[in-house]
Amino acid sequence: MSSHAPTELPPHAQAVLAEVAPAHLPRQELIGHHRGFAWITDKVCSIVEAETPTWWWVAFSVVCLVASFTVVGLVYLVTTGVGVWDHANPINWAWDIVNFVFWIGIGHAGTLISAILCLFRQKWRTSINRAAEAMTIFAVCCAGLFPLFHVGRVWWAWWLFPLPNANAIWPQFRSPLLWDVFAVSTYATVSTLFWYMGMIPDLATLRDRAKSKAKQFFYGLFALGWRGSNRHWQNYEMAYLLLAALSTPLVLSVHTIVSFDFAVSLVPGWHTTIFPPYFVAGAIFSGFGMVLTLMLPLRAIYKLDDLITQYHIDCMCKITLATGSIVGYAYAIEFFIAWYGANPYEGFAFINRAFGPYAWAYWIMISCNVITPQLFWFSRVRKNTTLVWVLSIFVNVGMWFERFVIIVTSLARDYLPSSWGYYSPSVVELFTFFGTFGVFSVLFLLFLRFLPLMAMAEIKAISPQADPHAGHDHDNSAAHH
Amino acid sequence: MSEHIHGYLAAFDSPADIMHAAERVRDAGFQRWDVHTPFPVHGMDSAMGLRRSRVQRFTLLGGITGFTTGMLMIWFMNGIDYPLMVGGKPMFSPMFAFPVSYELTILFSAFGTLGGMALLNCLPMHYHPVMKAVHWPRATDDRFFVAIDADDPQFDLIRTRAFLREIGGKDIAALET
Repeated sequence: MSSHAPTELPPHAQAVLAEVAPAHLPRQELIGHHRGFAWITDKVCSIVEAETPTWWWVAFSVVCLVASFTVVGLVYLVTTGVGVWDHANPINWAWDIVNFVFWIGIGHAGTLISAILCLFRQKWRTSINRAAEAMTIFAVCCAGLFPLFHVGRVWWAWWLFPLPNANAIWPQFRSPLLWDVFAVSTYATVSTLFWYMGMIPDLATLRDRAKSKAKQFFYGLFALGWRGSNRHWQNYEMAYLLLAALSTPLVLSVHTIVSFDFAVSLVPGWHTTIFPPYFVAGAIFSGFGMVLTLMLPLRAIYKLDDLITQYHIDCMCKITLATGSIVGYAYAIEFFIAWYGANPYEGFAFINRAFGPYAWAYWIMISCNVITPQLFWFSRVRKNTTLVWVLSIFVNVGMWFERFVIIVTSLARDYLPSSWGYYSPSVVELFTFFGTFGVFSVLFLLFLRFLPLMAMAEIKAISPQADPHAGHDHDNSAAHH
Repeated sequence: MSEHIHGYLAAFDSPADIMHAAERVRDAGFQRWDVHTPFPVHGMDSAMGLRRSRVQRFTLLGGITGFTTGMLMIWFMNGIDYPLMVGGKPMFSPMFAFPVSYELTILFSAFGTLGGMALLNCLPMHYHPVMKAVHWPRATDDRFFVAIDADDPQFDLIRTRAFLREIGGKDIAALET
């Protein structure tokens, strides 16, 4: 629109403009090499339509093997008892809850990209939102496993929901743990709805290109008979905007409620009001770490440089930097308040974190979460894709340790010195957690193989040639040169 | 005459072309017609003369239902049917009932939104005559279509076809019912 302005200005204003000759600052191109609509369709659909590549089978076999660790770990736990996890008083929340918060946090970047950046009209989100939303859903699946099995007798986990049962009792809604059940299950459901709705037009594209009967049937079934009618697009776009507007408070509330699990208790180191914003920032930070970890290899494998440009990577790095800085600031403020609040237990909890028996974990957390993102200030770092990928791994590691530090150090040094302990995970816990990376990757590889990796319709809609006034603008800019 | 076909489908090559075509069809006074595009074309709603979408009514309905459900459920379960004293806290208070009601508000609103979208768009509708056209597959790829239904009061086998050609339509096809 702004490019129309010069012709609409009065003559004297135009004269001033001509004299000042303001620099022409073009918007960053979101699609490299001026790719057209058909190219975008072919590029994204070819990922699904091509023969299954060899690397996919290799990767799939490996991650299935990794995923089996979780399966075996959980089967062993169910058949033996929850004691196979080395939880003991006072550390009854350990790896399971650490892993739960870790995975659920990873999911948050997907919702940030699809919902919050949509409300902010950040057009670069379109190339990565589909994969990031898939990541959200799969991460929530992995997260859900841990509290589900931590209840001990998993076949009674449905008691968490307000369903009538033989004991004629109802859940106790004063507990933040129950709020968490609702927050996480709502999050999983709404994320899936949002993901699916965004995919409908692209499923229609795959349906119209499908050669085999099976593909025509399944893509056709899930495309709901989408035919790109503008009367439909109008309702669709409104619904999309509304879902974005609903997901935004949802994603903020989910990690807020996760942090309530801790903040509403009376354990030193947990009982702080900074937790909700600090957890949300940390979640988005870790999620962007994971988005980078996933998208950079995909960009290289499928040669998606024209759709995920350097500008996209810059944007992701900058959000990682911003949220990482918030996390670093939160660490500092926690310490300050522990001192300023003059509560001896709180003060001890924080001194103990940094210099106690778990100091090693604390300093891993600080170096990964506070120092690593600061490197993204430099454009040379952001342009080095390999380095960005390595740093994104550090972010993932750091954020896992953050949850470990918060949960385990606080419990290991409770009020009663006689019950103090030192927790380290059992082999079963180690393998169960290790396996969730396999579970996540299995789901992600299947997504890659059968569903459109990128939101084709959305990418087309933000491309320069999608603007019905594009020709008009061209005339203007041509006149200026 | 017009009972034998469902309508005409005309192709256009660019968003600008389809915009101008839609404006012409709107100004010619057609009622039962549509535009099929691979992505939402910005400004098409006014070019077609559409009224604002009504999806948000379903969202609001869902939200109100969700919040009320949450509050009533918790009040009934913890306050009436199974009162349990925990830490001297009240049996029911909107404060502790709020987080769950808040989540249910969002959950029901999301279902309302998606359901409302499907209802207003009459989806799922797995068959539609436009999909049978030879040029159809590119409607979800890179081409833009105007479809005028045969049951439009102004529809005429010969004149509507000529009109579509006049506004720049290519590959004009009669749609089978």
